[in-house]
Amino acid sequence: MEYYMNPAPVKKVKFLTRGVMILILLVINAFVFLAIRFFGGLGAMTNLDNQHPWGIWIAIDVACGVALAAGGFTSAALGHIIHKEEYKVILRPALLTAMLGYTFVALGVFVDLGRYYFIWHPLIYWNGSSPLFEVGICVMTYVTVLYIEFIPIVTERFIGKVNLKGIFASLNKMIDSLLRFLDRGLAKTMFIFIIAGIVLSTLHQSSLGTLMVIAGPKMHPLWQTPILPLLFLLSAIAVGFPMIIFESLIAARSLGLKPEMKVLSGLGRMMGPMLGIYFAFKLGDMLIRGTFVYLTEVNTQSIMFVIEVVVGVIIPMRMFFSEKVLNSRLWLFVASALTVLGVFLNRINNFLVAYSPPYAFKSYFPSVGEISVTVGFIALLVLLYRVIVMNFPVISLPDKKKLPMVKYAIKGGEQ
Amino acid sequence: MAAQNRRDFLKTMGIIGVTAAGFSTSTTKAQEKFKLSEDRIGVLVDTTVCIGCRNCEWACKKVHDLPAGSLEEYNDRSVFENKRRPDEHALTVVNEFENPDNVLLPVDVKVQCMHCEEPACVSACIVNAYTKHPEGPVTWDSDKCIGCRYCMVACPWQIPAFEYDKAIQPNIMKCDFCYDRQQEGKLPACVEICPEEALIFGKRRDLIEIARQKIKREPDRYVDHILGENEVGGTSWLYLAGQNFSKLDFPKLGTDPAPGVTEKIQHGIFAYFIPPISLYALLGGIMWINRGKSKSKEV
Repeated sequence: MEYYMNPAPVKKVKFLTRGVMILILLVINAFVFLAIRFFGGLGAMTNLDNQHPWGIWIAIDVACGVALAAGGFTSAALGHIIHKEEYKVILRPALLTAMLGYTFVALGVFVDLGRYYFIWHPLIYWNGSSPLFEVGICVMTYVTVLYIEFIPIVTERFIGKVNLKGIFASLNKMIDSLLRFLDRGLAKTMFIFIIAGIVLSTLHQSSLGTLMVIAGPKMHPLWQTPILPLLFLLSAIAVGFPMIIFESLIAARSLGLKPEMKVLSGLGRMMGPMLGIYFAFKLGDMLIRGTFVYLTEVNTQSIMFVIEVVVGVIIPMRMFFSEKVLNSRLWLFVASALTVLGVFLNRINNFLVAYSPPYAFKSYFPSVGEISVTVGFIALLVLLYRVIVMNFPVISLPDKKKLPMVKYAIKGGEQ
Repeated sequence: MAAQNRRDFLKTMGIIGVTAAGFSTSTTKAQEKFKLSEDRIGVLVDTTVCIGCRNCEWACKKVHDLPAGSLEEYNDRSVFENKRRPDEHALTVVNEFENPDNVLLPVDVKVQCMHCEEPACVSACIVNAYTKHPEGPVTWDSDKCIGCRYCMVACPWQIPAFEYDKAIQPNIMKCDFCYDRQQEGKLPACVEICPEEALIFGKRRDLIEIARQKIKREPDRYVDHILGENEVGGTSWLYLAGQNFSKLDFPKLGTDPAPGVTEKIQHGIFAYFIPPISLYALLGGIMWINRGKSKSKEV
């Protein structure tokens, strides 16, 4: 029998598993290295130098973080703008991922800035010609918008259930009415934030690509192109749904739920054409600029480019066109993971592999500390995701109180 | 309404398309953009005259309150065994290169910020911490800088350095053309101390004239190329040399200003905020049209 799917906290799981313990250790490890960074300066624990001013904290934490959180705006466009009701179940998980993802981006920027305590300066000192200024302002605004979009989930959880003990008990009524006020106000105005979120995303996703254009000849011609912003936008749009599929399948396994295969294969079905458009622009750009000649040289850059395009774009694109892949949990997972890997590699290639400064005495490879901090932040992200889905109505579960569905059913729930 | 939005959307896409495809090389002149003075100053470095005494390195450190040591230490020529770059401890350095015409007369090349006419750092800086002064110098403002190091990514000459060892208030370090000294009517420290007159200070347009005459007078001594006259749109510091500049470790750069393409993209996407606002309107329109769809399905 099929039931309505309704967002609800995932209750039946133990929080502290062995995996969670490992994640906690990784977070602690990151904080040890962060202490060195904040007391000894960036030079104390990173491999950055005057030739390589940006490392993995920018390439992974910021560039990959922003790209892989794109599920937030692509799903919002699908669910709220085009209004495909059947994809409603993915909206909240995607929103949560985007919210956590962008928080992770902000953390990455914060630790990477030499003068982190001036992180708010772009708000008062403006430079319209700087793509970094635009990325900074858009990301700050977008994080705020994402938190606002999340408020209804908080109000839904707590309205009528605020129950502080002891001296705070007197505040209960006030907090409850505040939540009700927010809930009512946001119900009417949410569309403003949803649209703003999508516009802000298209702006900074593309401007992130503009960032490296100014590096000019310092960047390998396989990646250096004036259409970088377009390529970044297209790849961000293309990686949004695969990222949702990827994490839905992981979350389902970890939390012992049955994945919404019908919804996920529906998302997967859109992927072939979307990756196709991205690939067409990437290929066209290569042909027009004639950069394919660099593929005949065998070096780190050409090898990384081929891996990025073949493993990360062509193979998953072909897979998403196959009905067999779309209906298989394993193969759908593989295809999505490859797409995610492809965009991940693309961002690393653009920011690190392609960047070859003219006077480098040595090449850049991240230090143990840099890797530890990035890994620790990702672990923190996964932990927060787990805490939030176990306490807030994010993931849709079969709702047995409502009548079984007759029409427009979304499969799911182990009945 | 919807049609109008669609048109705006197409316009947006058109702008993206134009930015993507075209990029004509024509750019507004630096003078108009930064209101540069006609009399802006520069320095002409004649690498065929420089003897590599490194007095300029010492003088530079002295006036910028960097640990300089005694002037005698700078007679040590063993530093030339390695190629050095300006960094957070030295805003200018001299490197020595072999002279193919005369092994006994090596070529010495002073390196520092070139003070571009259209600087990439000024365009890239997230908080406008860099200033291109009408008189020529490019300076950096410590009060604004957030330490993002994007200027270092952007600089085509790879000049700005960062104090990686400082936990609090790390600075971006680069030659400031002794802007403060110039305000007081003094010469830049390096120019003032140079015993060989390898550094000629003057109005940029005069320096180009002098350089042309030098090349004309002694065509065997110089290659016919004034580095900085046209590179990345021109620089305040100009160089003369007896051999190809790429042999002296200068990067090979075109004549288009470094920030040109980026600024075109930025101004295309944000042309009077029309593209973002039209996208907002378009999405709002689609959302409005689709708003009724769900009602019928809900129980």
